[in-house]
Amino acid sequence: MSKKKDQVAGFTPTGVVYKTTDLPKATRKSHKSLGIKEEDLLGLYESMYKQRRFEERAAQQYQKGKFGGFLHLYIGQEALSTGVVHALNQDDDIITAYRCHGWALARGTSANACMSELFGKVDGCSRGKGGSMHFFDLENHFWGGHAIVGAHLPLAAGLAFANKYNDNDRIATCFFGDGAIDQGSVNESFNLAALWNLPVIFVVENNGYSMGTAVNRHTAGELVERAAPYNMKRDVVNGMDLFSVIEKFSEAAEYVRNEQKPYFMEVRTYRYRGHSMSDPGNYRTKEELEEFRANDPIERLKSYLFDKELATDDDLKEIEDRLEQEILDAVDFAENAELPPAEDLYKHVYVEDDFPYHV
Amino acid sequence: MAELQFREAIREALNEEMRRDESIVIMGEEVAEYNGAYKVTQGMLDEFGSKRVIDTPISELGFAGIGVGAAMNGLRPIIEFMTFNFALVGIDQILNNAAKLRYMSGGQISIPMVFRGPNAGAGQLGATHSVSYESLYAHYPGLKVMYPSEPGDAKGMLKTAIRDNNPVIFLESEQMYGMKGYVPDEEDYIIPMGKAKIKREGTDVTLVAHGKAYHVAVQAAQQLAKDGIECEIIDPRTIKPFDMETVIESVKKTNRCVVVDESHPFGGIASEVGFQIQRDAFDYLDAPVLRVCLPDVPAPFAKNLYDLWFLDKKQVIDAVNTVTYRN
Ligand SMILES: Cc1ncc(C[n+]2csc(CCOP(=O)(O)OP(=O)(O)O)c2C)c(N)n1
Ligand SMILES: [Mg+2]
Repeated sequence: MSKKKDQVAGFTPTGVVYKTTDLPKATRKSHKSLGIKEEDLLGLYESMYKQRRFEERAAQQYQKGKFGGFLHLYIGQEALSTGVVHALNQDDDIITAYRCHGWALARGTSANACMSELFGKVDGCSRGKGGSMHFFDLENHFWGGHAIVGAHLPLAAGLAFANKYNDNDRIATCFFGDGAIDQGSVNESFNLAALWNLPVIFVVENNGYSMGTAVNRHTAGELVERAAPYNMKRDVVNGMDLFSVIEKFSEAAEYVRNEQKPYFMEVRTYRYRGHSMSDPGNYRTKEELEEFRANDPIERLKSYLFDKELATDDDLKEIEDRLEQEILDAVDFAENAELPPAEDLYKHVYVEDDFPYHV
Repeated sequence: MAELQFREAIREALNEEMRRDESIVIMGEEVAEYNGAYKVTQGMLDEFGSKRVIDTPISELGFAGIGVGAAMNGLRPIIEFMTFNFALVGIDQILNNAAKLRYMSGGQISIPMVFRGPNAGAGQLGATHSVSYESLYAHYPGLKVMYPSEPGDAKGMLKTAIRDNNPVIFLESEQMYGMKGYVPDEEDYIIPMGKAKIKREGTDVTLVAHGKAYHVAVQAAQQLAKDGIECEIIDPRTIKPFDMETVIESVKKTNRCVVVDESHPFGGIASEVGFQIQRDAFDYLDAPVLRVCLPDVPAPFAKNLYDLWFLDKKQVIDAVNTVTYRN
């Protein structure tokens, strides 16, 4: 068969994939040389652990039928949210896709508000209007929770545009999946951000799959090189390692803030669970999952803390027990919280409360 | 007659047409190796191979446009949107290119293709994932629009859509995919474009309802029948061209009409049907035409708000009671 014929045999590459992403080497620097204060270390552990347990509990509640809609879990990717939040200033802006629970929790949204949103209660972080895919918490500069793939990239550039316009020293950060890299909005947002020197970090969370499609089956070329034609500064990060995330994002944030230019980061990571609760994940191998689990970000930090004698078993146990209770309390809270009042159906569409709705 | 799920009926139509015509290809997110996000295309990669059953990246603008370009150049592509909520990303390709290129080229170009996938909401998925798009597509000259409500219709209509030499928007529903119904085994079962069907005969009021809303109308009619009110239910099936003749004939008999439409009210299918009835059957009306639509607000997540938001048979019963002056 000639080469040409060969290509016509099919368009999208097919076949079982083992090993969708390669993890770059983790940083070997200590917390000290990364500027992480010793007293912050347990807080970082707490942040990751909280996301993990929150979502494990959320999945249980979902399976019990306590709430509806989709549920996409971030489990496995927590080092990124925790590390980024650590590296940014509290008033920097964060916007992400629908896999958003971990981001809100890392940014400081309470477990009560997050769980209540899943349950569709009025005490939820979006007043029960958004659900799992649409967490918002503007007080914490967390801009959502966006469920149309790729739709929030221009928004991130817009947040950065306003920050630059107001000269307020804030930067914007935008997180999206490897699947989103194939959207046209990436091209337009990158070009505008580069052309207008917008202070934004675009971050692709390459977890190897877009739903059931491995990254090499859905995109051509290296993800990180998407920024090359725009001369955008760029890097690849080991997203399973908290310290690597902190290292690279501290550098990137400093550059973006000082130079007032965009940055593109490819984060290699992995989602342990299916795409959503209904996905059995038959498109990948157990071995691949096990290999990434062996790099679990929470376990890695734990080993570091033990190796360097920065924490004892008891220290961590105390944190874990406290969080366990906090999350169980959040489930109770959400279950007992009020549903939104009926009049909320017609609220929040327009600014005007007396808008003449069409009937 | 075989009893099939909606998704199986659609799959049969796809399989039969692809066996019949080599110029048909199907592409979309997760259609091949994953066997379809909603298992509509299950087994099709195995039968037709990766040249004809094609997984796409999340690039709706790109693959919608590739479909149009390939259709212009001799293929008959079927573009599956995971849901029509995501077609918005590629809508320029549909509304400008697919709908207008034939006209602008003075009839030189033809675009024999189908855009298909689930339309409207599927429960508590939030505002971006819950929109009914039929009135939007029907608004634009150049597109035909179909929206079956039952498996049998789905199969016969999809075969028609695939054979049509124009771009056809073919709307399905996540929530109906598991629904079972009888599908004729006839060799070549075809339902013509633009033909409504009277699915329940009645004398007191005409209900016009398509897609998922059809089933709400059926529930209402069953309950009303216990009260001695006989509804005639018309499922237009094709939204564009809309079979107004069948509706007008019915209204001339019942003198009353309620349109049940899973869209927002402003400028929707219900507005169009209401307008045409007042123009063409004004003298026959014993009551104003009413409609049961979604509220003029996006879909909320919370269960209680969602239930308030979505169509309910009670609303239909209420509307029927109003037009029959039983309220
Ligand atoms: C425009 C658009 N097309 C399709 C979908 C359906 N969809 C939701 S998530 C998803 C996969 C996204 O994968 P990726 O971007 O890698 O993010 P991950 O789920 O891995 O976090 C798809 C196809 C959507 N929400 N929006
Ligand atoms: Mg992914």
